[in-house]
Amino acid sequence: MSNREGKFLPSPQPATRPYWEACKRHELLFQECSQCGVRQFYPRTICASCSATELQWVQASGSGTVVSWTVVRHPVSPAYAADIPYVIALIELDEGPTMMAQIVDCDPESVNSGMPVEVCFEDWTEEISMPNFRARPNTGA
Amino acid sequence: MHSLRGRTAIVGAADTVVGKVPGLSATELCVDAALRALADAGIGKDEVDGLVTCQSMAEPHMYHAETIAEYLQIFPKYCVTANAGGGTTFSTIRNAAAAIAAGVCETVLISMADSLRSGLTRDRAMAMQSATGHPQFEIPYGPTVPAYYALLARAHMDRFGTTSEQFAAVAVSARNYASQRPGAQMTEVITVSDVLESRMIADPLHLLDCSLVSDGGAAVILTSVGNAGNFRTKPVYVLGMGEGHSHEHISQASDLTTSAAVQSGHEAYAMAGLTPADIDLAQIYDCFTPVVLIELEDLGFCEKGAGGAFVESGASSIGGELPMNTNGGLLSYCHPGNPGSMFGLTEAIYQLRGESGPRQVSGAETALVHGQGGIMSSHATLVLGQEQVL
Repeated sequence: MSNREGKFLPSPQPATRPYWEACKRHELLFQECSQCGVRQFYPRTICASCSATELQWVQASGSGTVVSWTVVRHPVSPAYAADIPYVIALIELDEGPTMMAQIVDCDPESVNSGMPVEVCFEDWTEEISMPNFRARPNTGA
Repeated sequence: MHSLRGRTAIVGAADTVVGKVPGLSATELCVDAALRALADAGIGKDEVDGLVTCQSMAEPHMYHAETIAEYLQIFPKYCVTANAGGGTTFSTIRNAAAAIAAGVCETVLISMADSLRSGLTRDRAMAMQSATGHPQFEIPYGPTVPAYYALLARAHMDRFGTTSEQFAAVAVSARNYASQRPGAQMTEVITVSDVLESRMIADPLHLLDCSLVSDGGAAVILTSVGNAGNFRTKPVYVLGMGEGHSHEHISQASDLTTSAAVQSGHEAYAMAGLTPADIDLAQIYDCFTPVVLIELEDLGFCEKGAGGAFVESGASSIGGELPMNTNGGLLSYCHPGNPGSMFGLTEAIYQLRGESGPRQVSGAETALVHGQGGIMSSHATLVLGQEQVL
């Protein structure tokens, strides 16, 4: 486990608990509307498009693409100082939804928009594993 | 519904001392700004029947506006606290204008101040502002406020070829104006190289691409058009107002390079019956340099993607096509957080009254002020004009 002392720990809510439970198993979930088929992130109690309440949890492949990114050089709080520099990015999952995460296990200078990435998990506590992303070897497929 | 065009006017405007002001608490700064605006208008406190303030981070009050009313011993019949900054500042002005037009009240004092520099540590101020992120799906990753905006900056570079030099040109323009604004927090003229050589905060944003952390306050007095002639100042009329809201969290933005400033600008121009070409000067929210480029584009001052070239060409300087942020803006004049938009508004008033000294835009009859808050989330635009534009 990484040193997460003092970091902002997510508090799972009823609507998001299945997401965080899956993260503990190192699985990344998003929601799909049973009525209109829209796929969404972050998880919520309704479809963000048609407001239907019938939503399904779908397991993401974990593959995605960097939409935009930055290298944080001045930490948000002392708890994040040991991670400096760290990369914050918006990731578009292959299935469509976009989420924020860190890009880890890389030289920050090597990150670029359009870069293929795959999910990986960092276990923070017994209850919380954080999904992050790392460079995905381009198979050229 | 009747248009709010020209139904209200601003008849008082004032800034406190800004920058580092350790001698006054956030509450005291808010009261100071209020008293200065009343003095500017030449009226006593009992002549206002409405009060609008914004929440303070350094010295929060659950009932903020009521606390300020109590401190001043005024007893308004319209009393509202804006709980955030940026665009919400001008939302409250639109709401106050609607209240005046509806006869709810006659003369509203809008006073906003905070003490981020002296009342909070720099790190505490940063952490509090980062709380605008999503508590489960953004904040745990450790993004800073500059990092959120850096995501927009990078997208603009990727999509339109915007350069770091063009972002820097926004900071240089602001500093040039601040050097001519007595009392500005930063007055030493800078170059593009100075910006590019300043410390990287969140790539591609350097320290000098980021706005200041300040103490300060500003206030205006808004009254009905029928009452506008009863003050010692030359009234500045509110001709157009608009708002647009697209998201709160940046990871939920449907477009990183086009904002709801499109909607707020469109509505404000339509109400005013003016176009971007009719605007003599603009005060545009500049918490970070890339934000200005996106707003210039979305407000119609240049083509989408051309914001960088527009500022780099000198269009925003005195004598340029669109003098912009003529007090130095949040980048160089001051940025005390939630009250930030107010300083663009008071500067627009000074300009339209012809009181801006060496930075005066000659013949200025119309001005646009724009605020945004969240992370490019909530936008509000005001179009102001002198009597002859009414």
